[in-house]
Amino acid sequence: MLPQDFQYTRSHEWVKEDGECFIAGITFFAQEQLGDITFVELPEVGKLVEQGDEMAVVESVKAASEIYAPISGEIIAVNTDLEDTPELINEDPFGKGWIIRIKSSATVSNLLSADEYAQLIQGD
Amino acid sequence: MPYIPHTLQQQKEMLEVIGIGSMEDLFKDIPRDLRAGNFHIPPGKSEMEVTEYIRKLASFNSTGLKSFLGAGFYDHYIPAAGPALVSRSEFYTAYTPYQAEASQGSLQALFEYQSAMCRLLNMDFANASVYDGGTAIYEAMMMAVRQNKRKRIIISADLSPIYQAMLSCYTKNLHLELKVIDHNHGLAAVQDLEKAIDEDCAALIVQNPSFFGNIFDYSDLFSKCRELGIISIISVYPLLQSVLKTPGEMGADIAVAEGQSLGLPLSFGGPYLGIMTCTRKLIRQMPGRIVGRTKDTQSRAGYVLTLQTREQHIRREKATSNICSNQSLCALQALAYICLMGPEGLSQTALKSMDLAHYAASKLTSIEGVELLNNAPFGNEFALKLPINAYDLIGDMVREGYVPGFPLSRYYKDMENCLLVACTEKVSQQDIGVLCELIRGKLNENNF
Amino acid sequence: MKTIFEQSVNGRLSPFQKDNEGTDNNFLPGELTRKSPPDLPQMSELDVVRHFTKLSRRNFGVDSNFYPLGSCTMKYNPKFMEQVAQLPAFTELHPLLPQLKGAGLYTQGALEVIYDLEDLLCRITGMDAYTLQPMAGAHGELTGAMLMAAYHHKKGNHKTKIIVPDSAHGTNPSSAAIAGYDVLTIKSRDGIIDPSALKDVLDDQVAGIMMTCPNTLGLFETHLSEIVDLIHSVDGLLYYDGANLNAVLGRMLPGEVGFDVVHLNLHKTFGTPHGSGGPGSGPVGVNKKLEPFLPISRVVRLDDGQFFLKYDYPDSIGYIAPFYGNFAVMLKAYAYILRLGREGLLRVSENAVLSANYLRKKLENHLHIPYNRTCMHEFVASAVNQAEKGVRAVDIAKALLDKGHYAPTVYFPLIVKECLMIEPTETESRETLDTFVDDFIEILKQAEENPEFVKGSPQNTPVTRLDEVLAARNMKLCI
Repeated sequence: MLPQDFQYTRSHEWVKEDGECFIAGITFFAQEQLGDITFVELPEVGKLVEQGDEMAVVESVKAASEIYAPISGEIIAVNTDLEDTPELINEDPFGKGWIIRIKSSATVSNLLSADEYAQLIQGD
Repeated sequence: MPYIPHTLQQQKEMLEVIGIGSMEDLFKDIPRDLRAGNFHIPPGKSEMEVTEYIRKLASFNSTGLKSFLGAGFYDHYIPAAGPALVSRSEFYTAYTPYQAEASQGSLQALFEYQSAMCRLLNMDFANASVYDGGTAIYEAMMMAVRQNKRKRIIISADLSPIYQAMLSCYTKNLHLELKVIDHNHGLAAVQDLEKAIDEDCAALIVQNPSFFGNIFDYSDLFSKCRELGIISIISVYPLLQSVLKTPGEMGADIAVAEGQSLGLPLSFGGPYLGIMTCTRKLIRQMPGRIVGRTKDTQSRAGYVLTLQTREQHIRREKATSNICSNQSLCALQALAYICLMGPEGLSQTALKSMDLAHYAASKLTSIEGVELLNNAPFGNEFALKLPINAYDLIGDMVREGYVPGFPLSRYYKDMENCLLVACTEKVSQQDIGVLCELIRGKLNENNF
Repeated sequence: MKTIFEQSVNGRLSPFQKDNEGTDNNFLPGELTRKSPPDLPQMSELDVVRHFTKLSRRNFGVDSNFYPLGSCTMKYNPKFMEQVAQLPAFTELHPLLPQLKGAGLYTQGALEVIYDLEDLLCRITGMDAYTLQPMAGAHGELTGAMLMAAYHHKKGNHKTKIIVPDSAHGTNPSSAAIAGYDVLTIKSRDGIIDPSALKDVLDDQVAGIMMTCPNTLGLFETHLSEIVDLIHSVDGLLYYDGANLNAVLGRMLPGEVGFDVVHLNLHKTFGTPHGSGGPGSGPVGVNKKLEPFLPISRVVRLDDGQFFLKYDYPDSIGYIAPFYGNFAVMLKAYAYILRLGREGLLRVSENAVLSANYLRKKLENHLHIPYNRTCMHEFVASAVNQAEKGVRAVDIAKALLDKGHYAPTVYFPLIVKECLMIEPTETESRETLDTFVDDFIEILKQAEENPEFVKGSPQNTPVTRLDEVLAARNMKLCI
C-alpha cells in the first residue's frame, strides 16, 4: 500500500526524490481522514520553505487541513491540475495527486520510512 | 408565565424523571457565592400594557417631517408585498440553514439574492450578506489585505465619512495604514488617487455616487490598480445601479453596498443589509455565508451553504471573518423588492429620484447666494453652498416641519455652509417648491 | 423548484412601473450609465408572492417545527414583538435625524428605548454600561476584544494573547484574531476549563480570556472564581460570551462574578427571531474599568429628562456601526423584557434548564452522553456507538428531519466526537419533548436494525440528502 521508496512525515505528507528535486503530497491515510477533497490552496512557485512550514491547505467540505513542507527548499512547481480536479488527491494520492515539487540541497532528515509511517498510522 | 407551557404538575413530574427534588437543585452547579445578588427588574406586564407603552414611546418620535435627508440612507417607497412576504414566519423563525434539506426556502431565496446582486452590479459572485454597508467595506478591505498581503489602503475622502470612521476603528490594532486622499470641492481627486497608488498598496476604496452625490467612472483608475496588483473596492448605491455604470463594467475587484435602499425601512439605523460581491478569483477570500446549488440523491436541484472552510466554525482563528449571524432576512426583503419592482421599476424609481434632485438643484440654485458645490454630474443627491451656516439653517427649518438635508460640516472641515440634499420618488415638486420658499425666507431673515 | 429568474417573462409589467414612462435620462452622460438594464426577474405581484410563499413552505421554522438547535436558543418569538417593531413612528425614522440641530426632539421615543434597554441589560447582567451597536453576537465579540485592547493600551500594558478554551464557539478565536490578538487554545478537562491548564499558559502577555458560561457542553464552569482570580492577577480581562445566558438568567450575573466584558445575543436570550440567519443584535456590556472605551455615540439623559446623543468620549474606540445598532431588533427585545419582567426571566432559565435535563434523562439510556450530569439549558450527546454501525450524527440529524423536528447542532463542540447538541428552550411543551424523545429513540432503534434506512434519510423533505462535495467543487453560486 505505502510506496516503499517514499519518505513520510508525522503530519502525513510524503516526499520522494525525483532526479534533481523532490515531489511531495499527502498520504492515502491523510486523504481518507479528510474525505472528499474539494479545494487545494497551492503555494506560489518560487517560494522558499523550511521543513515544517505551512505550504498548502487541503480542504474538504467540513475541514481545512494545513500541509507542511516535508523538506526545506524552493518550490519550483505546483500541481495545477488540482485547481480543477482536487479529487486527484483522493484518487491517486501518491501519483497524480502530488502537490508540489521542491528543489532542495538540504539533506533529508527527520522523515519516516514506509515501515515507520505504517506503524504510526496503525497507532493513530 | 408567558410563553412557558409547563404546568406545575408537569414540572413536578419532570423533576421526578430527572431525579431531583426541586427547581433550585437544577442550579446546584453554580457555586453559592456566584449566585445572583441583585436582580432588580421591574415586574412583567401584559401584552396590552407593553404594546400601549411602546406605542406611547413611538408617539414621542415625529413622523410628519418632510425630509430631504439622505447621506447614504434613503426613504424610498416600499411596496407592501415585500414586508408581507418576509413576515412569513417560515422565514423569520428559522435559523441559519445548517440543515439544508429542511431549509430549502431560505437557501433558494438567498441563492436568488446572490444572483440578483451579481446581475445588478455585474460581478461574478456575491455572499449571502454581512451586517451593513460599512462592515461590507471593512470586510472587502480585509479580503484585499489577505489576498495581496500588503498593508496600505488608499481611501478617497468622498467615501462616506461614517464608513471612514468605522474603518479606522476596526483597523486600530491591525498595523494597517489607511491613507485618505482629500476631495476637491466634494469631488474625488482622481489624479491624486492615481498618484497615491503603488505596488505597496493593498486596496483602493472609492464610492459611487460619492457621499456628496457625484457620479464617476472609475474604469481607468481600476485598470491601473489591476496593473499594480491592487484590489479595487467600490461602494455603491444599489437602487441607482439599475441605471449607473456598474462596478463590473468599471473592472472593480470587489463591489459592496448598503442595501437599505432596496426595500428596507430606515428603522433608525437598522437592521440594514451589507451587500458584498467580488470577482471569481477572490471568492476564497469572501467572508460570511455563501449558498451554492447542488443536487440531491435523486438528482434534483437543491441548495446548501458552501465553501464553509472559509468560516469561523471550521477555520476558527484562521477564518476569513468572524461573522456568523448575518442579515439574511434583510437580503430576502431586498430580493422581494427587486422582484416586485422589476428592472424597469427599479430604473424608473432611480431616474425619478434623480430627476427630482435635478429639479430641486435648479430651483434651489435660483435662490440668490445658493450654488452647487461643484458642477460634476450627480444622481439623486447634491451638495449646495449656502451663504449661511447649514447646521443652523436645518435647526430653524426642522421647527417648521422640513429637514432640508444634511450639514456637511458634521464630517468635513471648512464646510460650515454646505448642505447635502437628497430626493427620492417620495418627494414632490410641490415639496421642493415649499423647501425653496422656506430657505429663501431664512436667507432673507439673515439679510441675504 | 424553478428559480425566480426562470419564471421571468420578458415584457411582463411590474405593478411598480409605469408603461408609458420612458427611462431616458438627460442628466447623465452615456459613459456614466450601464450598457443594458440588469437582467432581473420580470413578474407580476402575484408571481412574486406565490414564489416566496412556495419557498416558505420548504422551510422549517420555530413556528412550524421543534427546533432543538443547540447553542442557538430557538425559542418562540412572540408575535406582539413583531407588531410593535413595525410601528411607522419607528420604522420611518432616519438615523441621522438626532444628529441634526434641534431634531433630536423628534426621536425622543427611539432614544428612550435605547437608554432604557441599556439600563435593563445592565441589571440583567450586573454590568455598569452597555452599547447596543453590535449587530450580531460575533460583532459584539469583536467589539469586546477591541474594548479590551483599548483598556490595555491606555494602561500601557503590552498584551498580545487571548485565551480561548477548546470548547468555545468558533467566533471567539476568530474575533480575537481579527482584533489583532494571538489566540491560545486551552484544553478542557472533564468538560470544563482546567485551572492548571490555564496556569500553564498564563503570563503578562495575556490580555484576557473569552468564556462561555455555561459552556458549549451545557456545563457550568465550576472553577470560575479561581479563573477570575488568575486572569485578574495578570491584569487580564474576562470576557463573557452570552450565547448561553438563557441558562442563568437571574441566577448568575456575569458582572457580579467578575466578568469585565459581556456580549448578549438578543436573538437568543430575548426571543427576537433569527430571520433565517439574521439580523441579530449583540449588545456589549462593560464594568466601570472599560466604560470609557465604549463605542460612540452614546445616549445620555439630561437633567430635564431629554435624551440626546453624546460623542465626547476621548477614550472611545470609535464607530463600530454606522448608527445605533439593529434598532428594530432591540425594540423587540425591549418589548420582551418588559413583558416578562423579573419573575418571567427567572422562570425562563428555570424551565430551560428543566427541559434540557428532562430530555437528557429520557435519552441517556439510548444514546451516549459523555458528560452525563445535571446540565444547564443544553446538553451534548454523542453518536459514537451508532457510528460503529455506520450511522453517524449527521444521519440521525437527517432522520429527525423526516420526523418533523429540526436537528440538534451536529459536530459542535469539536471536542466531542459525533456530537449532537440539544437545546429545547423553555417554550416547548412537555408533549413536544416527549414526541421528540419517542421519535429519537425510534431512529436509534432503526440505526441498530436497519442502518441503511437511517443513512438514506431524509425522505420526507422537499429534497433528499444534498451533495455538499459537488456544491463545493462546482461553485455554482449564482445564475
